[in-house]
Amino acid sequence: MLIRKKADIPSSEITSQSEYLRFMSRRRFLCGAAGGAAAVGAAAVGADRIAAALHPRSVLADAGQQLKTVPSPLTTTGEPLTPFDDITHYNNFYEFGENKSDPAKNAGGLPTRPWSIKVEGKVEKPLTFDIEDLLKLRPLEDRVYRHRCVEAWSMVIPWVGYSLSEFIKECKPLPSAKYVEFFSYFNWHVEKWSGEDATIVWPYTEGLRMDEAMNPLTLLTFGLYGQVLPNQDGAPVRIVVPWKYGYKSAKSIVKVRFVDKQPPTTWNEQSPQAYGFYSNVNPNVDTVPWSQKTERRIGLPFYDQLRSTLMFNGYTDQVGYLYKDMNLKKEY
Amino acid sequence: MSRRILILLKTIVWLACLAPIAWLVWGAVTSNLGPDPTGEIAFDTGATTLWLLIFTLAISPVRRILPGLNWLIKFRRLIGLFAFFYGTIHLLAYVGLYAGFNVGLMLSDIAKRRYITAGVAAYLLLIPLAATSTTRAIRKLGGKKWNLLHMLIYPAAALGVIHFWWQQKPGVLKPLPATVVLVTLLAVRPVLAWRQRRRAARAVAA
Repeated sequence: MLIRKKADIPSSEITSQSEYLRFMSRRRFLCGAAGGAAAVGAAAVGADRIAAALHPRSVLADAGQQLKTVPSPLTTTGEPLTPFDDITHYNNFYEFGENKSDPAKNAGGLPTRPWSIKVEGKVEKPLTFDIEDLLKLRPLEDRVYRHRCVEAWSMVIPWVGYSLSEFIKECKPLPSAKYVEFFSYFNWHVEKWSGEDATIVWPYTEGLRMDEAMNPLTLLTFGLYGQVLPNQDGAPVRIVVPWKYGYKSAKSIVKVRFVDKQPPTTWNEQSPQAYGFYSNVNPNVDTVPWSQKTERRIGLPFYDQLRSTLMFNGYTDQVGYLYKDMNLKKEY
Repeated sequence: MSRRILILLKTIVWLACLAPIAWLVWGAVTSNLGPDPTGEIAFDTGATTLWLLIFTLAISPVRRILPGLNWLIKFRRLIGLFAFFYGTIHLLAYVGLYAGFNVGLMLSDIAKRRYITAGVAAYLLLIPLAATSTTRAIRKLGGKKWNLLHMLIYPAAALGVIHFWWQQKPGVLKPLPATVVLVTLLAVRPVLAWRQRRRAARAVAA
């Protein structure tokens, strides 16, 4: 059997560190001898520490694309990072085309400024948050998460953001709010590819149960690899739910609605059999048509991609309690 | 057709049929298969198999519609065998890269995952066709039996298209072009047969 048993392989962190260093130097990120030494020293403790070492807050003056970030205790893996080029050129963002390489080519026109998120539904009063205010609401954290697509591929991504719960607190939802619904940006003129090869009804919507949305792992995401989100990855602000299949992590959010009933979600409406509302990563529950027992790690040579898929994508300790009374074979 | 032109055409067909595998080998050696090389290998070999099967199936109707292209028959076996070649690599990619040579996993896949069932069935149907592709086998079987046996290419190609649809994300229409072409090819055959019968009847009446 080629399948690896354990996902976290400390020895290969060397790759993760060099990837990050290469990435940073490519962006003319100034790190002096001291910073470099710190980064090397940090190799043993994980990518988040390296990110911290490489992100002294003072060096950001002219780097418009760079974000000020702080390390996070919620970085959950020390696995080698998926290269930036793969995270940004292997995307499912159907508004910009059906092939993985399409969004990188087509998402240039996504108007990420001005941008705001409308908040409505079961809240004390409807609100609108400007993206600039959202960026300042809480310190932006570097969080490395595994990302698992229902198509049985996976990545390791250094996201930038803060817990969605921090944003939800600002929204002041009413006690009757049981679910959160997310709406992605949609405009036929910008996203001309929306009708291509797919029968999806737009705009893209997703949803989470309130306790899932409040779990600290659920990330309101503004960047990756320490810089502003590239358009094709869901700029300027998206959700990341690392223990669920990728489509639960809605991109380019323009509206958040608090509701009392389970909301309709895009892929679930496409095919309820294939895409459950919960869509927790689960190697024991196959989805139509794929087996979910294994996955292919993106950005590695073909003979080295195969991995065993982990329950809740490896986040059982953090999120298992949310589902302890549920039959996950039925509520998938 | 002169021998020279035939050799030239055969060379072109050989090169065209080898291009996809050459591309993959080159890509694998230079790590140029994109972010998901396993997916690329599986998809490219699968799509090549399906399209070569479709080309193989297209040769007869094209010859009937355009008698000037009668010589195309000289390429049918070659293209058909290349379809089998790519189908074999496609299967091996599944066995090694997706199933990790895990026999239990493969058996459960074949039983439970209908797209794999369809794909494996399509491949099994191609085996007797490849095995009886030699001139000796044709002689031994006799034209009629051989033709009958090689009708298996229809269910094989249809299963190939079904296999493509069934492993698609529901809601995605990527297999549509291949489906349209295959359905057209299958539909055109009875029409051509009917036209031929009518002509024959007219000839008798005259």
